[in-house]
Amino acid sequence: MAQVLQIRPTAQQHRPRKVVAQPHFLVGAGTCGLAAGAEKVIQVLEAELAIRGTPAVIKRVGCMGMCKWEVMVDVWLPGRPRLSFGPVNEKNAKRLLHEYLDNGVVPGDMLLGVTPGYEEPPSLEEMEGRSITEEEWLTAPIQPGPNELPVVGRLPLLKDHPMMRHQLRIVLQNCGLIDPESLEEYLERGGYAGLQRALFELSPEQVIEEVTISGLRGRGGAGFPTGKKWALARQAKGSPKYVICNADEGDPGAFMDRSVLEGDPFRILEGMTISAYAIGASFGFIYVRAEYPLAVERLRKAIESAREHGLLGENILGTSFSFDIELKIGAGAFVCGEETALIASVEGKRGMPRPRPPYPAERGVFGCPTNINNVETYANIPDIVKRGGKWFASIGTEKSKGTKVFALSGKVRWSGLIEVPMGTSIRDIVFKIGGGIEGDRKFKAVQMGGPSGGCLPEALLDTPVDYDSLVAAGAIMGSGGMVVMDDTTCMVDVARFFLNFTREESCGQCTPCREGIARLYNLLEEITHRPGWNGGRLGAAKTAEERAALLEEIERLGRTIRDTSLCGLGQTAPSPVLSTLRYFRDEYMTHAVEARCPAGRCSDLLTYSIDEALCQGCAQCARSCPSGAIGGEKGKKYHINPDVCIRCALCLRVCNFGAVKAV
Amino acid sequence: MATVVSPVKTRPSIIVLLQEVQERYGYLPREEVARCARAAGISVAQAYGVASFYNFFKLSKPGKYPIRVCTGTACHVQGGQGLLERLRSELGIEPGETTPDGLFSLETVACLGACSMSPAMVVGDDVYGRVTPREIPRILARYRRRG
Ligand SMILES: Cc1cc2nc3c(=O)[nH]c(=O)nc-3n(C[C@H](O)[C@H](O)[C@H](O)COP(=O)(O)O)c2cc1C
Ligand code: SF4
Ligand code: SF4
Ligand code: FES
Repeated sequence: MAQVLQIRPTAQQHRPRKVVAQPHFLVGAGTCGLAAGAEKVIQVLEAELAIRGTPAVIKRVGCMGMCKWEVMVDVWLPGRPRLSFGPVNEKNAKRLLHEYLDNGVVPGDMLLGVTPGYEEPPSLEEMEGRSITEEEWLTAPIQPGPNELPVVGRLPLLKDHPMMRHQLRIVLQNCGLIDPESLEEYLERGGYAGLQRALFELSPEQVIEEVTISGLRGRGGAGFPTGKKWALARQAKGSPKYVICNADEGDPGAFMDRSVLEGDPFRILEGMTISAYAIGASFGFIYVRAEYPLAVERLRKAIESAREHGLLGENILGTSFSFDIELKIGAGAFVCGEETALIASVEGKRGMPRPRPPYPAERGVFGCPTNINNVETYANIPDIVKRGGKWFASIGTEKSKGTKVFALSGKVRWSGLIEVPMGTSIRDIVFKIGGGIEGDRKFKAVQMGGPSGGCLPEALLDTPVDYDSLVAAGAIMGSGGMVVMDDTTCMVDVARFFLNFTREESCGQCTPCREGIARLYNLLEEITHRPGWNGGRLGAAKTAEERAALLEEIERLGRTIRDTSLCGLGQTAPSPVLSTLRYFRDEYMTHAVEARCPAGRCSDLLTYSIDEALCQGCAQCARSCPSGAIGGEKGKKYHINPDVCIRCALCLRVCNFGAVKAV
Repeated sequence: MATVVSPVKTRPSIIVLLQEVQERYGYLPREEVARCARAAGISVAQAYGVASFYNFFKLSKPGKYPIRVCTGTACHVQGGQGLLERLRSELGIEPGETTPDGLFSLETVACLGACSMSPAMVVGDDVYGRVTPREIPRILARYRRRG
C-alpha cells in the first residue's frame, strides 16, 4: 500500500501551519489575476529577490475572489502573520519588498489584512521556544495609507474587509490560500477528514443520512435534495454504479465551479469519493470543459497525487473500498450541462438530452445507476460529513441550507467570487459585499441564473437568496452567476442577448426550442429596430399598435416554449424575456411604440451626430462608415448625414476622441 | 466491496480522438477527421456531425495569435460587442476566420472567467481586461511588430 499522509483530526482543522522558515510570496494567479498581470509581478519579485540574494519561495495560488484587488500577493515572513496585499503591480511590487521585506514596515496603502485562517499566533513550539503574545504577533509598524480600511496600530484582518465581512466560506475556504497542487496543504486544512470519518465510522446509509439531515440541495441549478438523490442511486438495482461530477459550467457569465476546481481540486475528489462510498459506486467521471485548461491540469495532477497516496484506487485508506476517477473533457456545448446530454457525451456521443424518467439514478451512464452532482454540491460534502449534517443545517434558511457561491459582476464596484449564507438578501450582496454600483449610478436590476434565469428589479432587492423565494420572484438560484445592471443597461437588449445564446445552443431536437426560440429572438430584433427595418425581412412596417401587440405575442410564445420543450434548456430559455417583460414592461413599450431605447443601447433606435467641439478631423469615422454617411475634410470638422446613416454605431466605436454621440 | 470497474470500452470515443488531433494541430485537418472516423468505426459525415456540434472544435487553421473575444453576460453588459466590431473592421475578418497573412484568427467565447475585468479578450496567451475598442489598434500593432 502506498504511503498515506497524515490526515489531521477534526479538531485541528483550522490550524494551518503558522510559521515559515523562509519568506513566502503567494501570488493570486487565477484567470483574473493573470488578466491583471500576475506573471509580470512574479517576474519582478523573482528579479528583486535575486538581487537581494534572499532565499524565498514564490508560489502561484488560486483566486481569493477579490478581483478588484488583483494582483493579490500574500507575503508571509518568518515570525509574522501571513498578510494579503493588493492591488500589486510591477511598480509597487518593488516598494512592497523594500518597505516590508527590507525594513519591516507594512505599506498601509497596499495592505488588505491578515490572511483569513492565519490570524492566531503560532504555538510556542512552532516558534521554537520564543514566546510571543497575540499582541506582538498582530502588531507591526504600518505605513499609513487608505486601502478601504482604517489602519490603527494593529494589523487589520482580511476577514473584516468590507467585501469579506458578510461572507461565510465553506466551499471557497481554501481557494487562494493553499497551493492547489499540494495534497499536504489540503490535509493541513482538514482535508480528507470527512472521507476518513465516512469510511471508518459510518455505514453508507449513515453517510446518506448525514447528507439528508444537512438539507443540502443541488447547486447545479435545480436544487434537488442531494441526500434523496443519493438514496435513490443507492437503492437502484444494477451494477456497476457510477458517480459523475458536472463541471460543464455553461452559464456564459459565471466561473464559480472553475475557481473551485482550480483553487481546491482535492475537495472535489474527496466529495466524489464519499458519494461513491455512499451509493456503492466504484468508478467516477469528472466532466470538465476543454475551455478550462488550467482546471483540467490541476485535476489531472490531483487525481495522480491522490492515487499515489492511496486516496483513490484499490483499497482506499487500507479499507476494502475501491474507487477511481477518470476525467472526461467536454467540448463546449451549453446543452451538455444537462444531465442526460452530459451522460450521452461521456459515452462519446453527441450531447443530446433524452426524456426523463428514467432518471440517471436508475439508468445513467452505460445504462447503469449513476449519481450526478454539480461541482459546488460535491465541494460541500467533506465538511458535512466531517462536521455533521446538523452543523450544516444550522446555516441558512428553513428550506435552503448552507451557503451559496456567486460570481458577482457587471456594474458593481467590487466584482468577484463571493460566498454567503443562504438567506442573505440580494441588497446586502450588491451594496455591502459588492460595494454598490460603479460610479454611483442608479441600480436597475440583477440577473441571476444566466440563460435560464431572470432579472430582479429594485423593488425586489430584499429577496433573500433561497431557492423558493427566488423562484417566487421570477428568477432562479441558478448555478451562481449574478450580473448587476445599472441605468445604462437596456433590459430588452439583455433578453435578446440571452435568446441569441440559447438559440445558438439549442440542440435542435425538438421544434418548440429550435423554431420557437429563433422566432422569439426575431420578435425582439423587431422591437429593438426601427419599423420596417431590414427591408421588411420581418414583414411590412407595423403601426404602433401592431408593434405593441408584439409584446403579447412574445409572452404567449415564451410560455409555449416553456411548457412544451423536451429539456431544461428549452423550458427555461424564455425566462430572461418573461422576467424582464414582467418587471420592465414600460421599457419594452418604449422600444416597440416610440422606437426609442432609453438606456441608449439599441443602436438602430439611436440618432448619431458628431460633436464639433470634440472632433479632431482625423477622418477615422468617415473611413469606417459602411454607408458613406460621414462627410468632411481632413483636419476640419466631420458631420453625419442622418438620411444616409444606417445606425451601425461603427463611428461611435472608432472615434478616439469621443466626438460621436448617440442618443 | 467490489474492486475498481473501468467503464465498458469497445472503440475509442470520437470526441477523444478529435481532441487529440486538435491538440496536435490546433484545428481539425480534413484527412485527420477521416482517420479518426475510421478508428472510431463511424462515417466521416458522422465525425463532422460531432465536430460541428461542439464549439471547441476548429475546422480551419487558426492564426499565429488566435484572438478570443468574450461574449459572456458581464462583458456584454460592459459593452463587449464594441470590441468584436472593432476587431472585425481592423482585421477584415469574421469570427471563425483567419487573416490572409495567417497572423490573427478571430473567435468568440462565452465567458473567459475574467468577468470582473470585463470586457475581456485573449490574444495568443495574453489576457486583456477592461479593454476599450480604442485600444484595439495598439494591441494588434504589438503582435504585428512581433510577427
Ligand atoms: C441546459 C442545461 C444546462 C445545465 N448546465 C449545468 C451546468 O453547467 N452545471 C451543472 O452542474 N448543472 C447544469 N445543469 C443541471 C444538470 O442537469 C443537473 O441538474 C445537475 O448537474 C445536478 O446536480 P446537482 O443536483 O448537484 O445540482 C444544466 C441543466 C440544463 C437543463
Ligand atoms: S429543449 Fe432544446 S436543447 Fe432541449 S432537447 Fe429540445 S431542442 Fe434540444
Ligand atoms: S473619428 Fe471622431 S475625431 Fe475623427 S473625424 Fe470622426 S468624429 Fe472627428
Ligand atoms: S462574461 Fe466575459 S469574462 Fe465572464
